[in-house]
Amino acid sequence: MPFKRYVEIGRVALVNYGKEYGRLVVIVDVIDQNRALVDAPDMIRGQINFKRLSLTDIKIDIPRVPKKKTLIEAMETADVKNKWEKSSWGRKLIVQKRRAALNDFDRYKVMVAKIKRGRAIREKLAKLKRENPA
Amino acid sequence: MAPSKPRSKSRNPLLIPGIGKFSRSKMYHKRGIWAIKAKHGGTFPRHDPKPAAPEPASKKPPKFYPADDVKTPVPNRRKPKPAKLRASITPGTVLILLAGRFMGKRVVFLKQLPSGLLLITGPFTVNGVPLRRVNQAYVIATSTKVDISGVNVDKFDDKYFAKDKKKAYKKSESSFFETEKQEKKLPQQKKDDQKAVDTPLIKAIEAVEYLRGYLGTKFTLRSGTKPHELQF
Repeated sequence: MPFKRYVEIGRVALVNYGKEYGRLVVIVDVIDQNRALVDAPDMIRGQINFKRLSLTDIKIDIPRVPKKKTLIEAMETADVKNKWEKSSWGRKLIVQKRRAALNDFDRYKVMVAKIKRGRAIREKLAKLKRENPA
Repeated sequence: MAPSKPRSKSRNPLLIPGIGKFSRSKMYHKRGIWAIKAKHGGTFPRHDPKPAAPEPASKKPPKFYPADDVKTPVPNRRKPKPAKLRASITPGTVLILLAGRFMGKRVVFLKQLPSGLLLITGPFTVNGVPLRRVNQAYVIATSTKVDISGVNVDKFDDKYFAKDKKKAYKKSESSFFETEKQEKKLPQQKKDDQKAVDTPLIKAIEAVEYLRGYLGTKFTLRSGTKPHELQF
């Protein structure tokens, strides 16, 4: 099973540790064996250890260490934001964030909705079982 | 001369706390004592001394002199302030009670009483919590608010919740064994007060979907929920 996601210039990665936790960044240069130079549209370009990055499937076409404007344009053409939000990993993160921000009242409403949904499913299942005794 | 307002600013500026700029003689001159004396013919005007209260005739010497000097305690001038209300608690906030008979219930906060305790109500028909006092420390404030504008809570204060003093009964042999069963009935006045507070409150609650069920449900922790990560 070969590797599919490589560290390369233009690889989009997710920061998984530290102050920038949860941010999507683009690898714009490799400093040495352990560190990369990363950049993002709303961030100051800086170095980060590879151990703090989780590589994603998304890659964009940029020259080495592009200007901020070039970087932003490249991200727009590659549609990084939408690709990320549609990917299953991205969607999971969004759901996690939404769940963490739930109010006590919201949690109650979710509970009620789950019960209603479960009840509807069980009713339908019972009906189908009655109609088709197997 | 008509009594004048005392000067707000001292005529003698402080160089350092304890040391004024001007000497005693300079201050005498600045205050104009010499002018007042001249006006009143050489002496500073004085009131006649108040007539001293006549000493009670034949004051007997005390019968008892204590052997040791007893120190008189300094009078306590502390006036405790009501506890500072958390910023998250405003009238109409839904609170979660953490201790006591109604542990876990979600109730509506009405106002802070002069003692510092919080006045809350269930409302009673929603979750069985009556008008009650609760300490801020045993409460979680949620961010859910109920519209409380239609409720009048002016008449409630700490005296309303004071316990009735038990009548002292004579300790006789018969009453000792009889164990008087005192029927504790809730006075009609309290029931009416509860209704008066709850009716406008329930109208406001019914206006929001799911809110009545929310207030009727207890707060519980489940496996996996981390209270320090929960947003209230």
